[in-house]
Amino acid sequence: MIEISHITKAFNEQQVLNDVSAVFEAGKTNLVIGISGSGKTVLMKIMNGLITPDKGNVYFNGRDFYSLSREEQKALRQEIGMLFQGSALFDSMTVEENVMLPLNMFSNATKKEKLDRVNFCLERVNLKGVNQKFPGELSGGMKKRVGIARAIVLNPKYLFCDEPNSGLDPKTSIIIDDLIIEITKEFNMTTIINTHDMNSVMEIGEKIIFLHKGVKAWEGNNNDILSAKDENLTSFIFASSFLRDARDAMVEKMVK
Amino acid sequence: MYWKELFRQMTDIGVGSAFIVFLVSIFIGAVTAVQTAYQLYGTPFVPASYIGLIVRNTIIFELAPTFTALILAGKVGSNLASELGSMRVTEQIDALESMGVNTESYLIATRIIGAIITIPLLVAIASFAGISGGYIATALGDTYSIEDYIRGIRMDFDPFDVQLMFIKSFAFAFIISSISCYMGYYVKGGSVEIGKASTQAVVYSCIFVLLADYVIVALLL
Repeated sequence: MIEISHITKAFNEQQVLNDVSAVFEAGKTNLVIGISGSGKTVLMKIMNGLITPDKGNVYFNGRDFYSLSREEQKALRQEIGMLFQGSALFDSMTVEENVMLPLNMFSNATKKEKLDRVNFCLERVNLKGVNQKFPGELSGGMKKRVGIARAIVLNPKYLFCDEPNSGLDPKTSIIIDDLIIEITKEFNMTTIINTHDMNSVMEIGEKIIFLHKGVKAWEGNNNDILSAKDENLTSFIFASSFLRDARDAMVEKMVK
Repeated sequence: MYWKELFRQMTDIGVGSAFIVFLVSIFIGAVTAVQTAYQLYGTPFVPASYIGLIVRNTIIFELAPTFTALILAGKVGSNLASELGSMRVTEQIDALESMGVNTESYLIATRIIGAIITIPLLVAIASFAGISGGYIATALGDTYSIEDYIRGIRMDFDPFDVQLMFIKSFAFAFIISSISCYMGYYVKGGSVEIGKASTQAVVYSCIFVLLADYVIVALLL
């Protein structure tokens, strides 16, 4: 479980996050949604220690990340996997080397054990026979899957995904969503996903937090969201007339 | 210590630059020999062996360390800045940090140490190649003999000259690698900013190399 408490962050004069608190539960896909510039990525980077908040705390199963020593933070980071928006694979390394990197850094396993683990993770994300390929030779969806394989290779307790579907076609997006939810359940991870993909919101949003101008404006799940009254949220989710019509049809069906 | 990354950097900086440094130094040595011979031609009071002496001292004192550093500021400096810059903007550095990797040690220290180990070796190659270039130019010309050139090369040799060359090369290696890593590591923005960082890395490296060249010479000679 991850708990964030009164997170506040400003860059120069610009307030990016203002007193954001939330609890993200283990074994669930927790979504943080909001328009571009609402503070989602900054919040995620604060949660995994890449940006220090001006105020507030981040608790990983009760351990306050920003009160830990550097060594303790380093140890805790090994329990965190992160999938970046652009996958952030190392261009000079093969797929195998990319996935093996965290093992090389933090594991005392033998080379064979590491290779077995890499192959297990690559198979888990449905990638086979790409070990010796370089990131430049992969499609966007494959890169995301390699990113997920790298994120889970150390068997993390916490998984952060920053816009895992950006730049992907709808079909590949669904594959990535399914994969994330499967992995979350299988390994009982606390998964936090930044997204503005409405399909993801409706399909895998077991817990949803809506950020608007750096403030938590709404909290609920994919069932509650249809009947949410927050104007900013509804205008964000049902931005097009097509989606508004679809919502009305769904609500009508539920009422009947 | 990240040995694998250190050796990768040493290979990239050292092996990757050896050919261009060797080639440029050969020609610099040859041109220095020809031009020195041209300037001394017909002077009755200066022995022909002084051509070798002047080539040796010019190369060891100045051309090998400084010219090599300027070449590497362009080749290695821009490469380091653009590599780290693109790693920054594509979140690869964030990815390493999120894994708990100390990116300053992994990315910057390995590059600086790699440069400090390999650039003096490249300077040594450059001085050998430069003196050899002078020898080749002597062999190809007919103004003075190879024996004169060899005699000049061996005349009044002071080991401190070589020490000075290595002192310069260590300083230049640190300057080039640290400035370039700084420019790349702290880049913000996109491809335009990476290009600017790369250019600034080369420009500042060259300026500080020349400044350090003067300071070292002024202090040690």
